[in-house]
Amino acid sequence: MNTGDSKQRKLLWGSVAVVALVVIATLIDKGSIGLQLILSGLTVGSIYALVAMGFSIIYSSTRVINFAQGGFSMLGGMLMYSLAVSGKLPMWLAFILAVLIVTALGAGFERVVIRPMKDHSVITVIIVTIGLSIFMTAVAKWIWGTDPVKIASFSGDKPLRLFGASLVPQSLWVFGLTLVAVALVFLFFNRTLLGKGMRAAADNPDAASLVGVSSSTSSLVAWTLAAGLGAAAGVVIAPINFAQYSAGTALGLKGFSAAVLGGLGSAPGAVVGGLVLGVLETITAGYLPSGYKDAVAFVILILVLLVRPQGLLGRPEEVKV
Amino acid sequence: MLLKKHGWKLPMILLCTLVAVSLSVVGCGKQTVDASKSVYKIGAVLSLSGPAAPLGLPEQNALLMLQDQLNASTGVNGHKVQFLIEDDESNPAKAAAAIAKLINQEGVAAMIGSSSTGATLAMVPVAMSSQVTLVCCAAGTAITKPPKKYVFRTPPTDSMAIDKVLQYLTGTLKVQKIAILHDANAFGTGGADELAAKAPAKGITVVANESYGSTDTDMTAQLTKIQQTPAQALVVWGTNPGPASIAKNMQQLGMKIPFVGSHGIANKTFITLAGTAANGVVFPAGKMLIPSSIPAGSAWRNAVDKFTADYKAKYGKDADTFAGHGWDAGLIITTAMKTAGTDKALIQSTIQKTKGLAGIDGIFNYSATDHDGLNTSDLMMIKIVNGAWTEAK
Repeated sequence: MNTGDSKQRKLLWGSVAVVALVVIATLIDKGSIGLQLILSGLTVGSIYALVAMGFSIIYSSTRVINFAQGGFSMLGGMLMYSLAVSGKLPMWLAFILAVLIVTALGAGFERVVIRPMKDHSVITVIIVTIGLSIFMTAVAKWIWGTDPVKIASFSGDKPLRLFGASLVPQSLWVFGLTLVAVALVFLFFNRTLLGKGMRAAADNPDAASLVGVSSSTSSLVAWTLAAGLGAAAGVVIAPINFAQYSAGTALGLKGFSAAVLGGLGSAPGAVVGGLVLGVLETITAGYLPSGYKDAVAFVILILVLLVRPQGLLGRPEEVKV
Repeated sequence: MLLKKHGWKLPMILLCTLVAVSLSVVGCGKQTVDASKSVYKIGAVLSLSGPAAPLGLPEQNALLMLQDQLNASTGVNGHKVQFLIEDDESNPAKAAAAIAKLINQEGVAAMIGSSSTGATLAMVPVAMSSQVTLVCCAAGTAITKPPKKYVFRTPPTDSMAIDKVLQYLTGTLKVQKIAILHDANAFGTGGADELAAKAPAKGITVVANESYGSTDTDMTAQLTKIQQTPAQALVVWGTNPGPASIAKNMQQLGMKIPFVGSHGIANKTFITLAGTAANGVVFPAGKMLIPSSIPAGSAWRNAVDKFTADYKAKYGKDADTFAGHGWDAGLIITTAMKTAGTDKALIQSTIQKTKGLAGIDGIFNYSATDHDGLNTSDLMMIKIVNGAWTEAK
């Protein structure tokens, strides 16, 4: 083990320690108010985690950074509105349908737009995903207009009290969904042949295709999963945030920062990155003027890329010559 | 002699000319637009998308209704009127580009817009340098302070709304300590600054002054800071959806202090978004929201009753104050054009002399030093009770 590695290790544990210290300091300094901030941070952080997982899954399979990821969440929320509020379907049915429709859209994008570009450079494909993101925003504006829309919370709005802090029931749905999603993604990549095959293809595409794991399947499954995760995130946060045609861009950027923080390509890293980003953001708003809140995501992004580009849980990229 | 030479041709020609001339002279007084007259083009830059869309869309509706009503009757001195409406997407840079395009490429005689303060401030320099009158629908104080020759406004100003809020805080709520939570944009910051400046003179101390981003969805961090202060009331200065999120967050945190909003939430969208959290919220607004508060039989009341009925019939929804701002802007310009035509300098001076014009927002009286037109008595405080507006006593 060379000194570079141990330096990296120190950096990793150092950053973990810093985050833990910040959280503990907030709790000591502000007591239950601090707990309130942390709970709010974990709620929004869970959404970032789900979006970041989508980024990491697509990146690890195809090396593409999908900037339309936030758009999947936006569409999930808007479709939930159309199905549950305009269409008056029961909430559970609307939830499932909204996620399924966006998942199908994600798979469709992959087959129709992304797959035909497999011989183009990754940069080109990334730019195409930016175009996709703009397209989704424009279509959403055309279909649903510009007003934010209201979706009823899944189990009411009566706040729950926890050691002096309060939590709306919808937050519990957010936490629950994130846990289920993380568990399902873990099971998929570690216990199913397809999932393990995709991990193999991510490590070494040539060897994997030699044993029958095609990059085409990897790419399709990755996009489908990412769209599904993004849509689920969008649906569950919509009652708290008000779904709106423009919600995709900011969420995509924050989710991207979270994915980079955790290690682009690492699904567990995405979860860690998302939660850490959410908590740090909210604690910052509690101490500094609230305008700095959005800057946190981008400061973290720059710091990570400068100091430890592979993020907290990622492995350093090796370029073989 | 003439008859002999030309037969009946000449008298017939003379007779036809006489009939035609008298018909056209008589026609001027009739209830029709004269298609042969040039169309009066008036430009409008409104926020039809982005955060200020809930303000711009009703304004557009009102202008189009005014255009239809005018063109179906006398027009403006027989001239058809056309409002050329552009969307600035709630973006000041796009607003400046749009007004330049309307003035330079379309050659409009006068301008309306925009829906919010930031975009309007970007348009003012263009209007001033092109010497084209701009009647805006935004409430920011900075627009007419100091008064600018070519800039007028229709909504009650932020200053009037702030005075009304201070009146309510001292007179009805009787509080001495308040917290302010404002949108970080021009409207929110301007309002918060003015409120903080005027409060001490009314015996009110501002114990907290926090801000939030226009697209922020969670303000619990700011609200928890405010909970730690001795604030007896929270004044929220911003437009949707921020205040709706704040109302929900306050409900979540169990905050019981009164929520006093700005006139930016004087629309049904706030109630839809905030749900049960909207109950108890108080805000200043034009009296047209509760027409019964205007004396029956007055020109203002009649104008409001007709406007709200026509708007509901045409669009299927209730007119709000923003629709009123748009209508009044169109009304002021078209009224001035009846005597001034398309002469830009004359339009400016005619509008500046407007006195006692009953619009929807109130009775307009402009002067060389007053380009706002209204005063505090045109406003009232409204309280949301069970999802409906009532007069806050």
